[in-house]
Amino acid sequence: MRNTLRQVSRSANFMIGFVTVMLILLMVGIYPLFNPGSPLDMIGLGTFFKPGTYISMYDAVETATAYTLRIDDAAAKRVAAKLPMADRESMKRWLIAYGIAEDAIHTDDLNDLLNLWNNTYDESARPAGLTSAFRKSVARIDAALEGLLEPLDVRVYTTSPETGETRETARIKDNQFINVSEVVNTRRLWLGTDNFGRDAFKELLAATGVSLKIGLIAGVIATALGLMLGLLSGFVGGIVDDIIMFFANLFTVIPGFVLLILISYSIGQEQRGATVVAAVIGCTSWVWTTRSVRAQTLSLRNRDHVNLSRLSGHTLPRILVTDILPYIASYVVMALILQICSGILAEAQLSMLGLGPKTTETPTLGLMMFWGMTYAAHQNGAWWAYFPVILMIALVSFSMNLMNTGLDQVFNPQLRS
Amino acid sequence: MKGYKRYFLKKVFWFVVTLVAAVILNFTLPRLMPSDPIATITRRVTEGMNNQNAVMQIYREYARKFGTDQPMWKQFFIYIGNLLRGDMGVSFQQYPRKVSDIVASSVVWTIALQLPAILVGWMVGNLLGALAAYIRKGFDKVLVPISLFVSGLPAFGLAVTLLVIFGITLKWLPISGGYSYDLLPSFSWKFIKSVIAHYQMPFWSVVLIAIGGQAIGMRSMSIYELNADYVKYSRFLGVKDRKVVGYVFRNAMLPQVTGLALSIGTMIGGALVAETIFSYPGLGSTIMSGITSADYPLISGVTLIITVMVLTMSFIIEMLYGVIDPRVKAAQSE
Repeated sequence: MRNTLRQVSRSANFMIGFVTVMLILLMVGIYPLFNPGSPLDMIGLGTFFKPGTYISMYDAVETATAYTLRIDDAAAKRVAAKLPMADRESMKRWLIAYGIAEDAIHTDDLNDLLNLWNNTYDESARPAGLTSAFRKSVARIDAALEGLLEPLDVRVYTTSPETGETRETARIKDNQFINVSEVVNTRRLWLGTDNFGRDAFKELLAATGVSLKIGLIAGVIATALGLMLGLLSGFVGGIVDDIIMFFANLFTVIPGFVLLILISYSIGQEQRGATVVAAVIGCTSWVWTTRSVRAQTLSLRNRDHVNLSRLSGHTLPRILVTDILPYIASYVVMALILQICSGILAEAQLSMLGLGPKTTETPTLGLMMFWGMTYAAHQNGAWWAYFPVILMIALVSFSMNLMNTGLDQVFNPQLRS
Repeated sequence: MKGYKRYFLKKVFWFVVTLVAAVILNFTLPRLMPSDPIATITRRVTEGMNNQNAVMQIYREYARKFGTDQPMWKQFFIYIGNLLRGDMGVSFQQYPRKVSDIVASSVVWTIALQLPAILVGWMVGNLLGALAAYIRKGFDKVLVPISLFVSGLPAFGLAVTLLVIFGITLKWLPISGGYSYDLLPSFSWKFIKSVIAHYQMPFWSVVLIAIGGQAIGMRSMSIYELNADYVKYSRFLGVKDRKVVGYVFRNAMLPQVTGLALSIGTMIGGALVAETIFSYPGLGSTIMSGITSADYPLISGVTLIITVMVLTMSFIIEMLYGVIDPRVKAAQSE
């Protein structure tokens, strides 16, 4: 036993996979300690907020101390943020039509472009080749530009609740800064929010936890059922074997996916919790394990030590556990890992069809994906709502497959290179 | 010839048995559950009505129409009788369209998409796996992790990734549907071109996943075979390397054929979900719309068709297997 463990721990494949899974588990376990609260809280009023740090505007103006910093390119950056590349291209097009040489216009150098623009632009001019709609859009850009480089102070007014009198409480200059660490209310949304306004990163970790749990429950049920039926059918033989193999043959050909759909649909949305879905997945995927365990038991049942055990009058469960199980234990562990992995995938696929666990109770990777797709996150450019989910599923199943490859190489020396 | 005959008869027998079992499951599973579909429909139809008598009347009318007031065994025979006539009931959602019509129009798309995709993926995967086992070294080191990663991906995950890269960012390919919205199905050049463009992404997402899974299996099989005694013996005899590789490939291939028969259900399941990402007009999108609108006859019709599809495909593969593997004959005549 110890020797096997040592061998396994020397397999690079296994260790990489194992460490990755452990790291994911650690993150799932630890993150809620730093960021308590339900992962299903809809903190954002709106859909698909971008990832980033959110700072309370109110607190920034009201409570934080203002510091004056001299930063030369602050103004240029401010203008750049308000003047997207498309607008600059429009300006360039107008200037070219007006008769400026193309290489004299630099859309990258904002100061240069604005100087040139302010010197040449004339709203009444009608350069040839431009539609009136385009001229109007350029006029709008020009209007927006005014005052950008020499900004006016932002004034904050407050209305007193008692007297109803409105007076100026703050005046913010363009070179004033606040220190983010002094602002009381900030929220770091690593992956923004999803369509419900939930913190997507927090939800992702919680969902990973639930999905792993679903995979584990499904895997344990499937492996336990498969192991039991396989041992029985292989060792006892006769009519027991016939009956078990009849059902095993039946369910190898009838796709488990269809059974899953039918059962999940029949259970109904209300009864579908994460555990129920896991149990259903487990109960529909025992066939593989049964077949392989049976095949291996068949090859073991006439070994001398098994016959000796039988002659000694040991009971059936005892023979199975002490004489047969140790020989197939390595295989069972590998089957369990595969079953966990396919359990996670099965949940995700079911959820994608709208047959997953109840959304209001638990987040799962499949449900996150389902809602992301339902709200067309991929068409809105909200990559944070679906891509980390795919990546997480891929990472989990990749590291589990890697663990299995490692185990395979340990137990089947032929595969070692 | 006797051995083959027994093999085929056995397979035909199992095909019929599983088909019957699938039909029984399709019939009983939903009926075993506590939820009453007729009550659900009645609730939907009578929303806002507060005359209890009228609601009861409507409930009874529906129960009579769908035959749920009959005893279970009678319902079963009605169901079978209807199935034999190709009648799977009427869709709730697209009333009064027949389920069989809807299923018939979507099953064509699914077969046209998945059959070639799975076959191409299977062939390419096997080739790559065999190459990896034969060459080892660098190629093996690159192929194995990639295949492991791809085969672990859910098909819909790969589908979304392809969609975002090629459909939305690069705008090379259309992102949804089986053909352009502004066209009607016809045998015109324009329509065919549109179908081919829409076909690309769903096709490749299925193919890539299949390649990953098959390559890994084939690689392990080939490595086993390369270490087998007959290979060593042939090498001692000085048989040409190419010829040995040919034998190895053939022998490693056989389990892969059975493997395809057994895993085709899982593959189709994954691919059906990938279909929904592209709103491809196949069975995947149909069953999803059935689920979201609680269209019970549609769901049961689609699941039945999927089962029949999978059963037939694995039946055909097993038939072929009987022909290509002479050991089957030997095993049966023992």
